[in-house]
Amino acid sequence: MTLHGARLATTEASGGAAAISLRGVVKRFGDFTAVDGLDLDVPSGSCLGLLGPNGAGKSTTMKMLTAQAIADEGTIDVLGFSVPRESKRARAAMGVVPQQDNLDEELTARENLEVFAHLYRVPRGERRRAVDDALALAHLTDRQRTKVDDLSGGMRRRLLIARGLVHRPALVLLDEPTVGLDPQVRAELWGLIDGLRSRGTTVLMSTHYIEEAERLADECALMSHGRVIARGSPAGLVAEHAGARVVEHYGPPDRLADVERLARGAGLPTRRTGPSVSVLRAESIPPSLDERLGPDGVRRAASLEDVFVVLTGERVE
Amino acid sequence: MIVRAEGAPRRPERLRRFELAPVRGIWRHELALYKRYWKSQSFASMVEPTFFLLAFGYGFGSMVAAIGDYRYLDFVATGVVGTAALFTSVFPGMFNGYIRRVFQHTYDAILATPVDVHELVTAEALWIAAKSAVYSCTPLIVALFFGLDPSPGMLLVPIVTFFTALGFGLFGMWTSSVVPSINSFDYVITGVVTPLFLIAGTFFPVGTLPGWARHAAQLNPLFHCVELVRHAVFGLRPLADLGHLGALVLFAALMWLIAVRGMRRRLIG
Repeated sequence: MTLHGARLATTEASGGAAAISLRGVVKRFGDFTAVDGLDLDVPSGSCLGLLGPNGAGKSTTMKMLTAQAIADEGTIDVLGFSVPRESKRARAAMGVVPQQDNLDEELTARENLEVFAHLYRVPRGERRRAVDDALALAHLTDRQRTKVDDLSGGMRRRLLIARGLVHRPALVLLDEPTVGLDPQVRAELWGLIDGLRSRGTTVLMSTHYIEEAERLADECALMSHGRVIARGSPAGLVAEHAGARVVEHYGPPDRLADVERLARGAGLPTRRTGPSVSVLRAESIPPSLDERLGPDGVRRAASLEDVFVVLTGERVE
Repeated sequence: MIVRAEGAPRRPERLRRFELAPVRGIWRHELALYKRYWKSQSFASMVEPTFFLLAFGYGFGSMVAAIGDYRYLDFVATGVVGTAALFTSVFPGMFNGYIRRVFQHTYDAILATPVDVHELVTAEALWIAAKSAVYSCTPLIVALFFGLDPSPGMLLVPIVTFFTALGFGLFGMWTSSVVPSINSFDYVITGVVTPLFLIAGTFFPVGTLPGWARHAAQLNPLFHCVELVRHAVFGLRPLADLGHLGALVLFAALMWLIAVRGMRRRLIG
């Protein structure tokens, strides 16, 4: 089957509708509302990046999609199945890559995949091939007899991803897939994830690495306090909320406060960037303001990170 | 990067409320782990009853030649079958249940696949029970070398130990869902497991105990297990034995209910 055909088939499998659809989903833990009226659609065959600070409700949302957390209100559909009522059927058709490594350390890479090929009900005749393919995908064919305990961090994460793909699911949930990894390993995993999308697999990926979302996601949904507060393509979000360019001014605290006051007075968003203040939408700074801000500004392109901070607040709760 | 063509996605068949596929998948996991530890477990299960029989059979047996109609060594050998069934089920239930849930997050990984909590608990308990059913027969085999007469009824012993271990394995899994930390198992072991192990007619007959303890023993599943094992080896008493077996099955059923409920409470947010 061609890649194009595969993409069509995947779309058909979910009836042409969204692969994931949440409506008015609420999840409370005691007094704390983790997810607060969430509406979210993930179109079939796309990669959606779920962005947001810690505690925004990303992981809880992921857990509700597999019915490992049960929503208090709202409706959830995954691949056309109503969750939690038909969650087992949904789980059979999707793969999950958790944030926390839960591979079995006492078993080899191959054994880990074999167990999950069983759990995901890969038919007997196809199991060996499915495990071989997953090992190849994770570049672990040569290390298949190695115990997980003896694999490097990057290898373990590749194996964790391959484990969620062993049954060739139409949908993959990736919860912070590259957290805590070296840049080299992260780049390698990005290649792997991008390969999935080009095969037509729908990907929902939560991350708080902005660069990861910019590189991989067709669209990003920015979550804060349990709901989506902005959504769009990475470039579209940047243009809408941070403009094209940013000027960063460095200086002592008084100077930074001055820059903030001036910029905000002119209706321009700002954000603290460590020792500096960034003035967003720098392309629309009028000459008069430009003069008062001073010539010490360092210019750079606006980024998704600017959007993230402007929309979710400077302080982390 | 290998590019794989996607197989034509099949609409998954309707999944039933309780299925065998999850049980097979979980047993596949257990089997892979068992390959790692079968030697140590087999060593322990053969050598431990040997020590018990040497210590109690010869040491204690020099003072007590017989209990009722039984040679003391035969009495202990059949009693140790019960304690083996208890220990090889309640401890895996407790510790695997806790470690795989809290430390290794294995259960979270499994529940992200088409496996529900009741299937997970059932599969884990069945594995524990099957393994325990076999291993708890080793004291009888050891006892044959100490002069126990072989009898056809011995073939029924694995059935008795299976239901015993099923109940205690599930009891262990339930406690693992209740305790706030792994250290709290001390309360369970000392407060529950030890008295169960002592007041079950394992090393001395329940009849020698004061009245209240004799009645308490009736509530101890291990007492029913030990009675059944002795009757299987030395002669069945059909009516009483059906009662004993019924008690074991009832115990396992109750433990299944609370273990599934406890695990669901802990694993599903």
